Amino acid sequence: MPRESPPVAAPAPDASAPSPPHQPGLLELFLAFAKMSLAGFGGVLVWARRAIVEQHRWMTAEEFNETFALCHFLPGPNIVNLSVVFGSRFRGIAGGFAAFAGLVGPPMVIATILAALYARYGDVDVLRRTLAGVACAAVGLLFAVVLKMMLPLLKRRDVTGLVILAAVFVAIGLIRWPLQIVLLVAIPFSLAITILTRRMVKA
Amino acid sequence: MNSESNPIAALLWTFGLMSLFAVGGANSAIPEMHRAAVDVHHWLTDKQFADVFAISQLSPGPNVLIVTLIGYSVAGVAGALAATVAMCGPTALLAYYVSRFLDRSRDARWPAIIQAALVPLSIGLMAASGLIVVQTSDQSWIAVLITIVAAALAFATRINPLWMLLAGGLLGFAGVV
Repeated sequence: MPRESPPVAAPAPDASAPSPPHQPGLLELFLAFAKMSLAGFGGVLVWARRAIVEQHRWMTAEEFNETFALCHFLPGPNIVNLSVVFGSRFRGIAGGFAAFAGLVGPPMVIATILAALYARYGDVDVLRRTLAGVACAAVGLLFAVVLKMMLPLLKRRDVTGLVILAAVFVAIGLIRWPLQIVLLVAIPFSLAITILTRRMVKA
Repeated sequence: MNSESNPIAALLWTFGLMSLFAVGGANSAIPEMHRAAVDVHHWLTDKQFADVFAISQLSPGPNVLIVTLIGYSVAGVAGALAATVAMCGPTALLAYYVSRFLDRSRDARWPAIIQAALVPLSIGLMAASGLIVVQTSDQSWIAVLITIVAAALAFATRINPLWMLLAGGLLGFAGVV
């Protein structure tokens, strides 16, 4: 639950764990990722960047961007991918596992407790109403992310990109086709168009 | 797949497969989670799905932990664990091997091209996620207004999103929504 979450401030300076600038150990990886995960309401990425680049200086900003770009194009939760790639870069597969366990473990315990509470009290009217209100705001936040991500496409007048975006939206959101089938068509299509337009720009 | 007889197997199979198709992260996979949990397996009702989405946004950690909540409602603690491991495990392994491969080859062109190709897809998926949640969560004009205001504030300001979630919860608590 939200214990301390300063609106804009950086994560509390870490006095307990002495952090050498390079080569974090397994426990250190676990703790660092647990901390950024528990601080991260509505997205861990900002906190991950602060902790890895600014606080511990384990990576430069460029290295972080490169690693994140890799994790973003892979499927699955980006930040989970990032933890594994980051941890294994320093301590091999054990490091990847330590960072992964730190990122997912503690919040998973919290989520399980919340799920148990919900299973028990989910029918209580006050809770139902409150959660309905939270859901309204949460989905608004999701739309804000969508808008922010759409801005570069709109600025570039990337018509093909916007058409693909709209097609996926209709196929998944309105027609409700299964994700796998839509992606098996959309990914090769989008890749081909991206490669073609890059060639045309170069030529 | 005889999945209904063994809920844990159904969770592992459903989310393990979904993990490899979740282009653009957890929020893009919400339509597929909804399809699997509400339409196919009847693990949750529409309203429960919206609730679970709200709880997952309220609690700390990666947004993917919505699967922990779905898993728990199917098969308790074991279900929560199974869903989480299935949703995070396969893609984490994939990330590990791909990053090692790229470290060796150092060809930085392909990730950029693939990423550029996937961006419109993941935005479309996230927009579809929004639509699917809105259809259950926004049943009144006030609810729609809250959604619009939260979207506008998150888009235009740097206010911590947690405040907007709490404000939405307070309005719901007061019986306004």
